[in-house]
Amino acid sequence: MSLAVMDGADYMRDPRKHHFHPYADNGGTSVAIAGDDFVMIASDTRLTRGFNILSRDQGKVLGLTPKTMMASSGCWADVLTLKKVLNARLTMYSHEHHDVMSTTAVAQLLSTMLYWRRFFPYYVSNILAGIDEEGKGVVYHYDPVGHMEKLAFSATGASVAQIQPLLDNQLGALNMKDVTPPTITKELARQLIHDAFVSAAERDINTGDGILIHTITKDGTTDEKVKLRRD
Amino acid sequence: MEDSGDTHTGFQFSNFARNEKLVSRGFPMPGCRKTGTTIAGVVFKDGVVLGADTRATEGDIVADKNCSKIHYLQPNMYCCGAGTAADLEMTTQLMAGQLELHRLNTGRQVPVIAANSMFKQMLFRYQGHIGAALVLGGVDKYGSHIYSIHPHGSTDRLPYTTMGSGSLAAMTVFEERWQPDMELSEAKQLVRDAIAGGVFNDLGSGSNIDLCIITKDGANMLRPYDVANVKGQRVGKYEYQRGVTEVLTKKVRPIEIVSETVRLITGEDMDTA
Repeated sequence: MSLAVMDGADYMRDPRKHHFHPYADNGGTSVAIAGDDFVMIASDTRLTRGFNILSRDQGKVLGLTPKTMMASSGCWADVLTLKKVLNARLTMYSHEHHDVMSTTAVAQLLSTMLYWRRFFPYYVSNILAGIDEEGKGVVYHYDPVGHMEKLAFSATGASVAQIQPLLDNQLGALNMKDVTPPTITKELARQLIHDAFVSAAERDINTGDGILIHTITKDGTTDEKVKLRRD
Repeated sequence: MEDSGDTHTGFQFSNFARNEKLVSRGFPMPGCRKTGTTIAGVVFKDGVVLGADTRATEGDIVADKNCSKIHYLQPNMYCCGAGTAADLEMTTQLMAGQLELHRLNTGRQVPVIAANSMFKQMLFRYQGHIGAALVLGGVDKYGSHIYSIHPHGSTDRLPYTTMGSGSLAAMTVFEERWQPDMELSEAKQLVRDAIAGGVFNDLGSGSNIDLCIITKDGANMLRPYDVANVKGQRVGKYEYQRGVTEVLTKKVRPIEIVSETVRLITGEDMDTA
């Protein structure tokens, strides 16, 4: 660089590339399926960085309220921060209103919080699952900057390309002639979540070790842990 | 003049300038399959044991769950490979051919050091553009040898070594447990555990564990030696009823036979010598 350029004002200097990498990809895959009176939300338990495994036992589903859970994966640092801030907002709400926030309200709050960081986003893929005011199961899917979509089922994270087509076909009856979508029972949801993760673990190196399946009904939540291959 | 490339030995570079131009105009070169790998080799009392995992990856996706990474060179020599799949396949095949010609020319069993020299000379000539990282192992009249060969052509003769993305995981096992003059059973277990270290702790390595044992009596490929991972069991059955795939258009074109000729072919018997 010449002296003349160095002496000038900083806006006259050569453009320089700055190396700041605030984001990491820690993998993780999540699936949620809504039924008439229940919702199932699951994630794998592997946390990665590059070719290394950071944890084999890190579920990505966070309980928010007794009726709402959120699966979050991507940059794990951002997942933790988002969880911390979201929980603080939920506590503030409960103190102000003497009531637990409804699933639909949590869904909107999450979207707003993500969009607030529009130009330095939380690097996370989220699915929110819960029971709504009518007692029905609902699933909301988000992109990292707060676009929200209400769905019957959804997958997100590392193995989305393997799992979403299976759900679209088996639950949405997509790409088939004269086939009506099935009624989503707990058994069917559990089977598809299980098989989707088993298949993803076969072919995606970022998915494996185990699955944590959470079921939410009006009576509360139950957890199930399933083993996956560990290589 | 256009060079068809069929009559020359060695690599063909006639598309190089064109490809550089394409890259500079924003059309990137297609990538090639670089596999994450764990490979290892040890010297024991009566010979050497080579080991490898069987996962081949394309990015984050497993391309082959049971590929073979231990390549044949000579009856007394095998070679594990990590790096670019095509380079490994072609380089080991070429060396197997060259070593066989060398054996025929000299009328002697080829020493392992000769194979090591040929590998390093070839890889150095190509300045690292041939992405092959190798663990060469064999037994000859001078003894049992393990060499590790890097893509740029540097080599080391070692009593135990590992290579590939899982090399650190495997080496920790060797550093903990390797000792001189081990029995065969100990050496097999050690290499299995070293490869298993890569299989379970390195995402680029996985599936089964292959071993190759070479002693003065010859080589023995054990493939698979250990199925370290059982395939997950699916619960559901996914079958489709006939007719679920929608037919968008249909057009039938009959095959019309215009004429028919029968030509009798007689020749000598197939050479089965």
